[in-house]
Amino acid sequence: MLDGTDLIYAYDGSFEGLMCCVFESYQRKEIPNIIRPPSVQETLFDTAKRIETDGQKADRVYNSIPMKISPQAQEFVKLGFLTCDPHKEMLIFHFLRLGFKHGGKVMMMLTDDTVCSLQKAVRHLTSESHKFKGFVRFSVYGEVLIAVIEPKNYVLPLLSPHFCDRYRNERFMIYDKTHGMALIFQSQKAELIFVEELTLPDVDSAELEYRRLWKQFYKTIAIEGRNNPRCRMTFMPKRYWSQMTEFDEIIGPTQWQTSLCTPDAQATYKISPDYKVPTKD
Amino acid sequence: MIIDVYNKLTILSDSAKYDVACTSSGVDRKGKFGSIGSAAKAGICHSFSADGRCISLLKVLMTNVCIFDCKYCVNRVSNDIVRVAFTPHELAELTINFYRRNYIEGLFLSSGVIKNPNHTTEQLIKALELLRSVYHFNGYIHVKAIPGADSELITRLGLLADRMSINIELPSQESLTLLAPNKTKESILRPMGLITAKIQENCTDLVKYRHASKFVPAGQSTQLIVGATPDTDHKILTLTEGLYKKYHLKRVFFSAYMPVAENSLLPSMDTKPPLLREHRLYQADWLLRFYGFEAKELLDEQNPNFNLQVDPKCNWALNHLEKFPLEINKAPFEMLLRVPGIGVTSAQRILMARRNSPIDFSGLKKIGVVLKRAQYFITCKGKIMDGLKVTSDGTIRALMADQYKLPSPYPEQLSFFTEPFITREDVQQCLTGQI
Repeated sequence: MLDGTDLIYAYDGSFEGLMCCVFESYQRKEIPNIIRPPSVQETLFDTAKRIETDGQKADRVYNSIPMKISPQAQEFVKLGFLTCDPHKEMLIFHFLRLGFKHGGKVMMMLTDDTVCSLQKAVRHLTSESHKFKGFVRFSVYGEVLIAVIEPKNYVLPLLSPHFCDRYRNERFMIYDKTHGMALIFQSQKAELIFVEELTLPDVDSAELEYRRLWKQFYKTIAIEGRNNPRCRMTFMPKRYWSQMTEFDEIIGPTQWQTSLCTPDAQATYKISPDYKVPTKD
Repeated sequence: MIIDVYNKLTILSDSAKYDVACTSSGVDRKGKFGSIGSAAKAGICHSFSADGRCISLLKVLMTNVCIFDCKYCVNRVSNDIVRVAFTPHELAELTINFYRRNYIEGLFLSSGVIKNPNHTTEQLIKALELLRSVYHFNGYIHVKAIPGADSELITRLGLLADRMSINIELPSQESLTLLAPNKTKESILRPMGLITAKIQENCTDLVKYRHASKFVPAGQSTQLIVGATPDTDHKILTLTEGLYKKYHLKRVFFSAYMPVAENSLLPSMDTKPPLLREHRLYQADWLLRFYGFEAKELLDEQNPNFNLQVDPKCNWALNHLEKFPLEINKAPFEMLLRVPGIGVTSAQRILMARRNSPIDFSGLKKIGVVLKRAQYFITCKGKIMDGLKVTSDGTIRALMADQYKLPSPYPEQLSFFTEPFITREDVQQCLTGQI
């Protein structure tokens, strides 16, 4: 088998695209040492091989995972793709190669570097998404609930079932500032869309009052004699604080939305066309 | 004087904060069309307060009016404080509006005893009924059962809540007589027994009729105060074990005593809360529930209190050195769990990984096993860890104790060469840990 020392695959950044990279590698009997999403800058003398996304090829690889490896491995790979690991493509690629060779027991090869790194990345993703189930803070705008988050991993697909189930009769939106994506739920339908910018209207007095009550409750419930800021930081690192109501010092919407806000009556968002979102069904 | 919701919330959450339970775990419930809310088995923490404890539920009292005179309690009748009460409507509005904004996972409702235990329970029922049937709240509710209330009322209350708890607070009848003259062991244990019986009865009903309404589906819990009375750790832990076995409690919480009143029967006002002792009790509680330990293995009449220098599991291991070192690739699961530093997750991962290939020390690190303490008690493929020199039991003891330098209760000046300082992170992990 050819082991191209500087073989680079450039794919379109979608999960299907990555599956096509796996297909290509098996078909050409070659192993790339970098698989590159479009967000990474091309070098001057770029020799990357462009891998076209082909639904049929992607499906062949994807559907073979539960048969040749295990259903858990398929789930695992899908989660792996949502992580923020900078080498997630290569990890998934090597994991699948290992899996096609060893079968279902690849999931138990915890001492293997690839398996262990991918598991760490997935644990980071799932624990972050679990944290956000609690740390997301909605504000009420008329009939609509809107929250902004800044996660490291792409957690929206994992948050979607939880919030859609919990707030069945609500209309809500969770905007992921990091990835420029939003989860929108209305009339019992959830959608993940690409949002370039979000403009929020001013909040009303009832909203301000509940924020005030919550902040007061947050302050009161702590027992002074047990004060332990370090412990709080361990469970709730500072990077989450910026979007949480209890840490918003100025009462009112001003600080909360600085970078997003132009005074406008409606929450508006811009959707880019033709963007395929990796979904977790 | 009219007191608005803001002030009521301040007073009634301030009085409720000494109750340590804030878990929202134990029940999985899907959302319902036409209702708001769901519940997650593992529980969800929504925030962490400045003391590092998890905030999951809106923890408030219905009222801080109380006819009881428990010496250790801020709400005792002899204490001169402002008394207020939420109306059921105010409480429901607050809960729903906090819940919609995802501030909380549900409501934790407790109450002072107003008029008598039955009247108080009726007030709680009224508030929860409004929340459940008018506001269609389907989220988590933890409610306190009032000692001395009628069985029929406790049953009605239990059908509205997910978890119920009755705080024992003081671990012996003598302490109760002394400090909580209006409570008796019987008035606490009777409703507790009733709830246990009802939960079991309900389980068989659910097998028979799918739509039988659920009684306290997330089980019951209780709380014990540590450090207000001379009761030993041995007594507390034995009681805890009894509660898990006889009453099938989901959790027993420990609360380091915070002096809130000057009384000759209580520790003085400047006593620091025994946080480390509380931490040791939580560690032991974990050992009982998840590690297959029994209370008598950890403490006995001769050693009635935990060693504050070393955690209970490590202490046990040091007293049973004949069982170590353990070969990681052969030891059964129950024994892996007894190695200091190896937890349930690590033990499971070891089991999984060794089915595939023998594990060495670097493999253990990759799996995520923390070797800091475990290294002294294990071998991998028959070898002890490289560079580890163990000459006698004494050395091990010294090494272990060194890692557990007690944190000073007073702030100290930072030094360039600070002593290794133990973090209190795991202390709070116990407090906030979900089942």
